[in-house]
Amino acid sequence: MQRRTLITASGALALGASPLQALAQTVTLPFDNGERPIAKYPQKRPMIRLTSRPPQLETPFAVFNENVITPNDAFFVRYHLANIPFDDIDPDTWTVEIKGKVNKPLKLKLADLKRLPSVELVAVNQCSGNSRAFSNPRVAGGQSGNGAMGNARWKGVPLKAVLDQAGVQAGAKQVFYSGFDGPVIDKTPKFVKALDIDHARDGEVMIAYQMNGADLPVLNGFPIRMVVPGWYGTYWMKHLNEVTVIDKEYDGFWMKSAYRIPDTENGMIEPGTAPKATVPINHFNVRSFITSVADGAKVKAGATTLKGIAFNGGSGIKSVAVSTDGGKSWADAKLGQDLGKFSFREWTLPVNLAAGEHVLQVRATGNDGKTQPDKAGWNPPGYMRNVIESTRVTAA
Amino acid sequence: MKRFAILLLLGAAAVPAFAKPITFELPADTTQFKPGPHLDVVQGNCGACHSADYVQTQPTGPKFKKDFWQAEVTKMIKVYGAPIDEKDIPAIVEYLSTTY
Repeated sequence: MQRRTLITASGALALGASPLQALAQTVTLPFDNGERPIAKYPQKRPMIRLTSRPPQLETPFAVFNENVITPNDAFFVRYHLANIPFDDIDPDTWTVEIKGKVNKPLKLKLADLKRLPSVELVAVNQCSGNSRAFSNPRVAGGQSGNGAMGNARWKGVPLKAVLDQAGVQAGAKQVFYSGFDGPVIDKTPKFVKALDIDHARDGEVMIAYQMNGADLPVLNGFPIRMVVPGWYGTYWMKHLNEVTVIDKEYDGFWMKSAYRIPDTENGMIEPGTAPKATVPINHFNVRSFITSVADGAKVKAGATTLKGIAFNGGSGIKSVAVSTDGGKSWADAKLGQDLGKFSFREWTLPVNLAAGEHVLQVRATGNDGKTQPDKAGWNPPGYMRNVIESTRVTAA
Repeated sequence: MKRFAILLLLGAAAVPAFAKPITFELPADTTQFKPGPHLDVVQGNCGACHSADYVQTQPTGPKFKKDFWQAEVTKMIKVYGAPIDEKDIPAIVEYLSTTY
């Protein structure tokens, strides 16, 4: 009886493990106050829940070792504001408006978008605050571990095609855009982002209606979202329903005050200090991770193959080096299939781990020559962590 | 004109009479603010816009006490427009500094 109950519940929740176990389960991420519940949401496998309302779900890190493409049901979720009337989403009537400084304002339905020539590309989406909880000193904000990122194959229509159809007027400087979700109270600034008009028309920025060959999961922006390859997730507006062309710089809260980084070469400043000037956060810096072993793991001594991922803001990955002795010596890893300059790039390296403790490190270099620092940078919002990560293992 | 009429017919055949929105329900928010002084004030003010885990998951320790929480409450009011009564601010800051 008990077994049957478990199986039934398991099927209903689409869980691999027992739902009772899953419901009670927590995970402790490796920083102070890092305990998080594992939670089940519609269309998602059990995820690490950072917050409940509005929802923020982090991808369990082991997922990144399964496949260089992050499955839709494991892709991270991050909302800013809690008024999200999901039940109003109707894909048949969903409309995105293109307006402002255009010759012919448009109201495009999902079916209209799907009739236009489509493009596909693989791109990483990473939250600006991915890994914020590793900031030293710690800073306020969503305390994410390393799972606020994911890599997917996006299909949709270039924003350029839609803007061209509307006819952008001379003198246009930016587009600002927003989705259907909003704040709980009127005084909270609605989530709105902006891109320069040339960026919006680069042919790579996309209005996406598919992710990994399927509809977008509801929590990832169904039915359409903005995809801004190589740029932080804050620009990847979910539930997109409005794009406005303007002839000045957009000065709303979410561009002018929030999501700003120090105006320095790498967006970082002396820890604990205030920046002199700031700019809107923009493209990713270069990062890499070991995915095949977790920090603190016990592994079998002898020959083993390390595996992981690397990515950057769009120059693509040139090389990945791995150290098994805490950074004293480095060996070049073999790069896996190239899925495009915005994608995770898999890497592998056979190593020999003698019995004892080892500090494994990985360092990626982009085609732009930029690499990862050996000392973590810092900024007040806790954005853009890209230090060389260390994974401590014991071989026996 | 003829083509338009055909399209209309096809459309009528392919699409149900009434388009239907999706059904999607988030799991209920079961997070709770920890017991502490002025809990009711905190529940009423902070809980209106976000769940308790927004507070629970913030960094802890001596550097994350009164000044930290005062700054957070000020941000909620000045930046996010939280309609918090002036008189409630010290109570909220006291709760956050002593409870988390």
